[in-house]
Amino acid sequence: MLTKNNDKLTNLMVPILSIILGFIFGAILMLAFGYNPLLAYQVMFDGVLRNPFFFGEALRQATVLTFTGLGFAIAFKAGFFNIGVAGQVLVGWISAVWFALAFPDLPRIVLVTLSLGVGMLVGAVWSAIAGYLRAYFGTNEVIVTIMLNYTALFVTNYLIRAVISDGGNTTDRVGPNASLSVGWLTSLTNGSRLNAGLFIALVVVALYYVFMTQTTAGFELRAVGLNSFASTYAGMSAPKNIILSMFISGALAGLGGAIHGLGTFGNIFTQSGLPYVGFNGIAVALLGLGNPIGIFFSAVLFGILDVGSGFLPNRAGVPDEMAEIVIAAIIFFVGANYLIRFLLDKMKTKKTVTEGGE
Amino acid sequence: MSQMNKVIEMKGITKAFGNFKANDNINLDLNKGEIHALLGENGAGKSTLMNILSGLLEPTEGEIWVNGKKVQISSPGVANELGIGMVHQHFMLVDKFTVTENIVLGKEKHRFGFMERAVSEKEVKELSDQYGLRVDPRAKIQDISVGMQQRAEILKTLYRGADILIFDEPTGVLTPQEIDELMDIMQALVNEGKSIILITHKLDEIKKVADRCTVIRRGKSIDTVNVAETSQQELADMMVGRSVSFKVDKQPAQPKNPVLEIKGLTVKEKRGYDAVKAIDLEVRAGEVLGIAGVDGNGQSELIQAITGLTKVDSGTITLSGKNITNKKPRQITETGLGHIPEDRQRYGLVLQMKLEENMALQTYYQKPFSKHGFLNHNEIKQHAKKLIDEFDVRTPSEEHSAASLSGGNQQKAIIAREIFRNPDLLIAAQPTRGLDVGAIEYIHKRLIEQRDHGKGVLLMSYELDEVMNVSDRIAVMYDGNIIAVVDADKTNEKELGLLMAGVPLERAHAELAESSGKEKETVANQK
Amino acid sequence: MSMTKLRTLLAIGTSAFVLAACQGQDAGDTTDTIVDDADETEDVEDNGDETAENGEDTEAVDFRLAMITDEGGVDDRSFNQSAWEGMQEWAENRGLSDDHIDYYQSNDAQDFIPNLNQAIAEEYDIIYGIGFALLDAINDVAEQNPEQQFGIVDEISEMDNVVSLTFRDHEAAFLAGVAAAETTETGRVGFIGGIEGTVIDRFEAGFRAGVAHVDEDITVDIDYAGSFTDASIGQQIAAVMFSNGADVIYHAAGAVGNGVFTETRNRLESNPDDELWVIGVDRDQEEEGNWDGGNFTLTSTIKGVGASIESSANLTIDEGFPGGENIAYGLEEEGVDLTRGNLSDEVWDVVEEARQGILDGDISVPEAPGDL
Repeated sequence: MLTKNNDKLTNLMVPILSIILGFIFGAILMLAFGYNPLLAYQVMFDGVLRNPFFFGEALRQATVLTFTGLGFAIAFKAGFFNIGVAGQVLVGWISAVWFALAFPDLPRIVLVTLSLGVGMLVGAVWSAIAGYLRAYFGTNEVIVTIMLNYTALFVTNYLIRAVISDGGNTTDRVGPNASLSVGWLTSLTNGSRLNAGLFIALVVVALYYVFMTQTTAGFELRAVGLNSFASTYAGMSAPKNIILSMFISGALAGLGGAIHGLGTFGNIFTQSGLPYVGFNGIAVALLGLGNPIGIFFSAVLFGILDVGSGFLPNRAGVPDEMAEIVIAAIIFFVGANYLIRFLLDKMKTKKTVTEGGE
Repeated sequence: MSQMNKVIEMKGITKAFGNFKANDNINLDLNKGEIHALLGENGAGKSTLMNILSGLLEPTEGEIWVNGKKVQISSPGVANELGIGMVHQHFMLVDKFTVTENIVLGKEKHRFGFMERAVSEKEVKELSDQYGLRVDPRAKIQDISVGMQQRAEILKTLYRGADILIFDEPTGVLTPQEIDELMDIMQALVNEGKSIILITHKLDEIKKVADRCTVIRRGKSIDTVNVAETSQQELADMMVGRSVSFKVDKQPAQPKNPVLEIKGLTVKEKRGYDAVKAIDLEVRAGEVLGIAGVDGNGQSELIQAITGLTKVDSGTITLSGKNITNKKPRQITETGLGHIPEDRQRYGLVLQMKLEENMALQTYYQKPFSKHGFLNHNEIKQHAKKLIDEFDVRTPSEEHSAASLSGGNQQKAIIAREIFRNPDLLIAAQPTRGLDVGAIEYIHKRLIEQRDHGKGVLLMSYELDEVMNVSDRIAVMYDGNIIAVVDADKTNEKELGLLMAGVPLERAHAELAESSGKEKETVANQK
Repeated sequence: MSMTKLRTLLAIGTSAFVLAACQGQDAGDTTDTIVDDADETEDVEDNGDETAENGEDTEAVDFRLAMITDEGGVDDRSFNQSAWEGMQEWAENRGLSDDHIDYYQSNDAQDFIPNLNQAIAEEYDIIYGIGFALLDAINDVAEQNPEQQFGIVDEISEMDNVVSLTFRDHEAAFLAGVAAAETTETGRVGFIGGIEGTVIDRFEAGFRAGVAHVDEDITVDIDYAGSFTDASIGQQIAAVMFSNGADVIYHAAGAVGNGVFTETRNRLESNPDDELWVIGVDRDQEEEGNWDGGNFTLTSTIKGVGASIESSANLTIDEGFPGGENIAYGLEEEGVDLTRGNLSDEVWDVVEEARQGILDGDISVPEAPGDL
């Protein structure tokens, strides 16, 4: 019992230490280049936490990151590195916006549901391509999803220019019936773009938890991810679970993209690159250690960092590039949590060894 | 022999991991020119002790003396300098390199940056001849037999100037003939002045070559005895701490209808050649059919084909009267197959998952463990508790991960899971690999019990003793064929050894007849 | 929930910001000033210059400007940079300190609105969105902050508190096309666009028309990078074009163009006898074309983004904010131009001739490739 509690404590310590180390490293960097890290961090957190608008924006960002984080996590649980989250976000985004533009007169509840549903489905199918290729042809999902990312990017840009708009770079805004904004949420956050996506995210967090721990499908997925050999021996189908995990992964990313499209922008425009929310979702998932609640909180942290870093250049005199480096340092330490876990373990054994020696 | 100069003295060695003492005040001394066996169950602390000696771990307490000097073995490098070398259980060799390249790896002789291959090869050849190892220095590791690979490993330690050799469970992968040869090599080594520590849990090997034997149990050294004056039974009892029975206690089999019928089965190996070549085989209800053979002669592929993990190329497999050829693993399991896989950690368990989840690994989707796709955690827990209780799986709780269990208990958990489903046919592949005498005894008992309940048991093992003790009939596999099926009580180790080496039954009989009456006597004694 | 209700809530919600942000001193007169046609635009420019000259004598006006970059970032050596340089020049001319101007860098489209809100909170007099991508964001915040003055470059906003600054890029691109056609020896030239769209369409159309104006038989290779930021793509496309025999490449692709310069420099350094040229975009990119054997920037089309910001700011100070207006800059207003660069005298003469033709209305330059 004692060891179990210790494990839980360690599990919580790892991400917290990652964050603290990231901040310390960022501070050292800023000091080395002659900037004031205390001022910088103060500006960053004050800017977001003391201002309803920017806090709303941070939560809005966290909403999308929750989806991309969960999407990455579920594939990761099943043993896959779905680096294609960004592309799945994009296809989800464009399909949701496209659908909403095509049927503007449907009742709001129907239109919103269907638009999000379409975004989710397209994201899922897009991702399942990589799952299918992996399951039946053994192709490496990392390479396939990277390639699908670019395919998604250029197909999206083409569709925007050639099909959805008339040669422009931006589609029309979706109608009010496809809007995700919630009046009191908007007014509470002084007009930020925070929207109903937040509640959908919270529901999905709960569903994710139930799926993974309470259903036979979740059980299979976990088992296959942890040990596909033993699971196959036990009669589970590895290909089925590979495809299923990638399908759900893409569905979550696609839903995130749909909410990003309908909630953040209300349209889609030609992209010069893949959306950052896709890649940051990987860091969010790793920081959250694959636990849905952990993922939500790490998404909030990333939302705050993302929005807060925008204050650094103008209010703390820290150049934009420096702000990016500080954020990257934090992500690095998050990614290096295995290292931190290792150090923690080492410290622990050292301690017990000396205790034992006495 | 006892008052020779001591090359190693380990005094009062204690190694604590947290509150757990893996080694608790252990004493061990090694005389020059002796073979000293280190005997103990799995988890008794043998590996910890040897890791301390080879510099991988530092002791919490205690002293080590080498050649009369007190030393601190803080790293493998230090151990190397002190002349301590380890022949690992899992060879540390690069497959695509030659024997010589592997031996000189890290200590390459070179001149202006160019490797002096010829010089090294000559040195290796000389070393090999000196100890009668007969290794071809130019052969690539991947092209030579496992026994030869082991000799390369031995040469590697000798090349590095080791005077004290530690052999870590060296015979697990060898054929009986190879084991005999290894014993000769060990004798040759001590004759040349080397000293050997032999880690093993095989008592007959100790009897054959060791001078003295130190028994470890639960981290403590129980006793050091002269092997010549101690019987196998005494050694086993010391190791386990109670009286163990060696011979599997069993009544004659009462075989009934066949549960498994294999006809003309051909299975292709991953790279495309035939690993199993049109074999026929039958397992009847109420019998244990053993499959003997050296690793890599098609046994694994045969079992994978029966369990549905590999595609059958041609032929049919019938289980309990139903054709299961190329059916999915789940369908086969449901038809009535239990399977204790060869590599329990890789194929038998999901180590990171809870023990209770592992107990339901095949049945989670069935009632009462789930309903409408939702798991019933309570039922799963109760089921696990029942199995843990019934099969005496030692674990703090069913919520602990499978990884936290000892090897023997992991195996017990798998056996519990498989037997509890009451399958018509139980396949046990290497069910006692790496387990200690106590656990082996338990598992063998369970297999026989299953047989006596009128089920079929297919036992695949590379341990000849095991196959001979537990089986009623023995099928020997060589090069994808079943070279012979013999009755267990009408065969002997020699005959099986020849069959395993690919000698056909008639010639094996002829060869055995040729050998002297004296040898026949020993065979009789062994039986 | 109906849209109007939403809007009301939005308006209530944002009022706190608005109150804080609004300086409102010029708000009253803004809409009256109408700058509709070319002549008046020129007047605007003149006014601007005057103020600049007077700036040192008169008390410095307390007037502050901010800009929000698009995804290219402020150091793209092209579009955004030219806007920022214009802003710096404006402050210098006005004798204003550095804290009267600032920029907010966007790394992603979702940063536009938070950046705009940051700038609004800092109470700048005019906040410029640099690039067409910011149109929606500017419109949104302009609606939420009706008292704040905004500017948008390269797009036209309908909002009363937004001034639109657009450029007849195709006119300068036409001259670039003429220069390229006159210079090429292989009969093949290249055009590299950033992301396809109305703005870059003008560059492509103008350039192709310019080339065809000189010689219909010259081939123009067209390719788009799908990015304004990724220099490596620019380098790849340039490599392909040069390999296919083009010897002059015009890029209208922001930071992507840096890759075009890199590729050209690499080629010239390994084969110094080659004659390869790059035509720069938006600001004079002569500097980017330096190499051991001279300079390979043939010429650059100038887009007076900086100048347009300067002049609109000055106009606001002097006459009031031209909100709701579209100020279009072409050759005539000297809002776009072609540099002399490394053009030979003969080529320059032809370019000058073409310029006159456009000014006189003898040559009409198409705005989209479809109009060619």
